[in-house]
Amino acid sequence: MPDRAFGGGGRYWAWLGVLATLIVAGALAYQRQLALGLGITGLSRDVTWGLYIAQFTFLVGVAASAVVVVLPYYLHDYRVFGRITILGECLAVSAVAMCLLFVFVDMGQPARALNVLLYPTPSSIMFWDMLVLAGYLGLNAVIARATLAAEHRGVPPPRWLGPVIVLSIPWAVSIHTVTAFLYSGLPGRHLWLTALLAPRFLASAFASGPALLILLAMLLRRLTGFDVGREALQKLGLIVAYTMTVNVFFVLVELFTVFYSQAPEAIDHFEFLFLGLEGQAGLVPWMWASVILAVLSLGLLLTPRLRRDMRLLAAACAMVFASLWMDKGLGLIVGGFVPSPLGEVTGYVPTLPEVAIALAIWAVGSLLASVLFKVVVAVRGEPGGPDSHSRSVRAPVEA
Amino acid sequence: MSVDRRAFLGAAGLCALAVTGTRSLEALAGTGRPETAPQGRRVPRWGMVVDLRRCLQADGCTDCIAACERAHNVPRLPSRAHEVKWIWREPYERAFAQRGSGYADEALRGKLVPVLCNHCDNPPCVRVCPVKATWKREDGIVMMDWHRCIGCRYCMAACPYGARSFNWLDPRPRVKEVNPDFPTRTRGVVEKCNFCEERLAQGRGPACVEACRERALAFGDLRDPGSQVREQLRSRHAMRRKPELGTEPSVYYRA
Ligand code: SF4
Ligand code: SF4
Repeated sequence: MPDRAFGGGGRYWAWLGVLATLIVAGALAYQRQLALGLGITGLSRDVTWGLYIAQFTFLVGVAASAVVVVLPYYLHDYRVFGRITILGECLAVSAVAMCLLFVFVDMGQPARALNVLLYPTPSSIMFWDMLVLAGYLGLNAVIARATLAAEHRGVPPPRWLGPVIVLSIPWAVSIHTVTAFLYSGLPGRHLWLTALLAPRFLASAFASGPALLILLAMLLRRLTGFDVGREALQKLGLIVAYTMTVNVFFVLVELFTVFYSQAPEAIDHFEFLFLGLEGQAGLVPWMWASVILAVLSLGLLLTPRLRRDMRLLAAACAMVFASLWMDKGLGLIVGGFVPSPLGEVTGYVPTLPEVAIALAIWAVGSLLASVLFKVVVAVRGEPGGPDSHSRSVRAPVEA
Repeated sequence: MSVDRRAFLGAAGLCALAVTGTRSLEALAGTGRPETAPQGRRVPRWGMVVDLRRCLQADGCTDCIAACERAHNVPRLPSRAHEVKWIWREPYERAFAQRGSGYADEALRGKLVPVLCNHCDNPPCVRVCPVKATWKREDGIVMMDWHRCIGCRYCMAACPYGARSFNWLDPRPRVKEVNPDFPTRTRGVVEKCNFCEERLAQGRGPACVEACRERALAFGDLRDPGSQVREQLRSRHAMRRKPELGTEPSVYYRA
C-alpha cells in the first residue's frame, strides 16, 4: 500500500503541492534575476555573497553529516542505526542537490556554468569543491539505490558496495573541509582566516545534520508509522550532544584568540555580528538568538534525564538546527564581508526575490527528500507489515 | 619566504618531504617562480608610483578617474552597493587600513588618495578564479576575460583591496559616452583596472597617468633600475598597501 506509506495519500499530495507552489514562485523570481541581474538581491560591492552562498555552506554540512550514521552502521556494524542510515543517505542526496542549486543561482553568468569543467583550475578551491560535491552526490545516490534495490529483492547488498561505502566516509569529511577552505584561505578576510574554520564547520555539521535527521525520523514515525527505533534516536541525540559541545567549544576558542589578542582586524567582524558596527546592527539580534538557542539546547542535551525525554530531545534538536542555521546560514558568511577590506561597514538584508529563490531551493530539497523517504518507507514495508529487521541490510563491511 | 620555510623544515629533518610539499603547495596556490623570458627577451614589470604629496596638492582633483572611465566605458551607477570602480579615491586611513597609526600621519588623515587594482605579483584573485577568467601576464598585469567570467565573485572575496567590481545590473545604459575602441561589459561579470594594457600595446602610458596635471602618477618598468618609477622609489620612502599579506602589490605610494 504505497499510497498509505506516507500516512494518507491526501496529506502527502497536499505537501507536494505546497512545495510545488514555492518552487514556481521561486522560479518566477529567478527569471527576474536572470533578466535584471543579481542587482535585485540585497548583495553589494562590499557584501558580495549572502543568503545563497550561506545556505550552500550550511547545507554542505547537512550533507556531510550522513557520515555520523553511515560510519557506525557500516564500519562498526552498529545495527541500531540500520533503519536511520538509509534516511541519512537520502538526506545527503537532497542536501547536495540543494548545494549545487544554491551555487548555481548565485552565478552572475549561469549560462557559462560549464566553464568550470572546460577550464579546470587546480589552484581554485572552488574547482575542488565542485569535484568533491559532485562525487559525494554520486556516491550517496549509488549507495542508497543499491541498498534499497537489494532490500527490495530481499537479498544482501552487492559486494562491490563495500568499498564504495568506505570511500564515502572520508569523502563526507572532505566536502566540508574543502568548503571551509573556500573561505579560510583568503588573505584579508580575518573572520575566516583561521585554521579552526574547517574543524568548526565539521563540528557544527555533525550537530546540525543529525539534529535534522532526528526530527525527520520522528516526523516520519508520526506520519507513516515507520519507526527507526527509540534507541537509534537516543544514540543520535547523544552524538548531537557531543558535537554541539565541541562546536561551542571551538567558537569559544576562536573568541579567546580574537579578543585576548586584541588584534583589531578580527575583532571588527565579531563586533559587527554581536554588537553592531557604525550603526549597522541588523544581524545582532539574529546572532544572539543563535547563541541563546545554542546554550538552551546544550542544557537539554547534556542533562541525560532531559535528553531521554523524546519531546525534549526533539526540542533540543530543533534548537540546535535553528542555532546553527542562523550562524552558518547567514552570519558567518555575511560577517566575513563586514567590515570590508577598506573598513567599510555595509549592511545586508536579503530581498524578497532572493528569499523566494532560496525558499524554492529548500522546497526542491524537501521534495526530493520526501520522495526518497517515501520510497524507503515503501520498500521497507508498511507498519505492521514484514518488518525490515527480518531482511535488513547486511553490513557489507565487516567491522 | 618559501626558501626560509624550506630551510627550516629541512633542519627539522623533513627536508625531502618539505621540498615536495612546498612545491606542490606552490603549484596548488599557483605561485610558481617568476617566468624567465624566452631567449633573454627582457620582459618589463609594470608598476605605478603615486606621489601622495603631489596628489594632495590638487585636493579634490578627479582627472585621473574621469580619464579612466572615459577610456574604459566604466558605468556610473547611482547606488553605492552597485558601483563599478577602476580607480577611485579613498580616505587615507581606509586605503592603508591604518588603525592605530596614532599621531603619526596627521597630515594625511582624511585625505583622499587614489586607489586601484595593485596588479599584485602574487594575486589571490588569480589563484581563486575557478575558470582562469583572471590571470597574470608575464609583464605583471592582472587581466580579466569578461567573456569567460562566470560571475561567481570568488575573486572579490579574495582581493584584500576591494579592487574588483561586479556588474550587478546591466552596465551598458549607464555608460555616459561609449568609447567604441574599448569593449563594454555585460551584467554578471567582474571587472577592474587593467593598467591600460590596450594603450601599453600601442606604446602609450595609462590614461590616468596621462591625465594627471600634477604629474602625481608615474608608470613604468619596475624591473629596470633606470626607470622613472625606480628612480622615484629610490628618492623617497614609499609604501605598499597591506604588505603583510604577501600579495606584493605593484602600486607604490610615496609618502
Ligand atoms: S589588487 Fe586585488 S584585484 Fe588587483 S591583482 Fe591584487 S588581489 Fe587581484
Ligand atoms: S567572478 Fe569571474 S573572474 Fe572572478 S573568480 Fe569568478 S569567474 Fe573568475
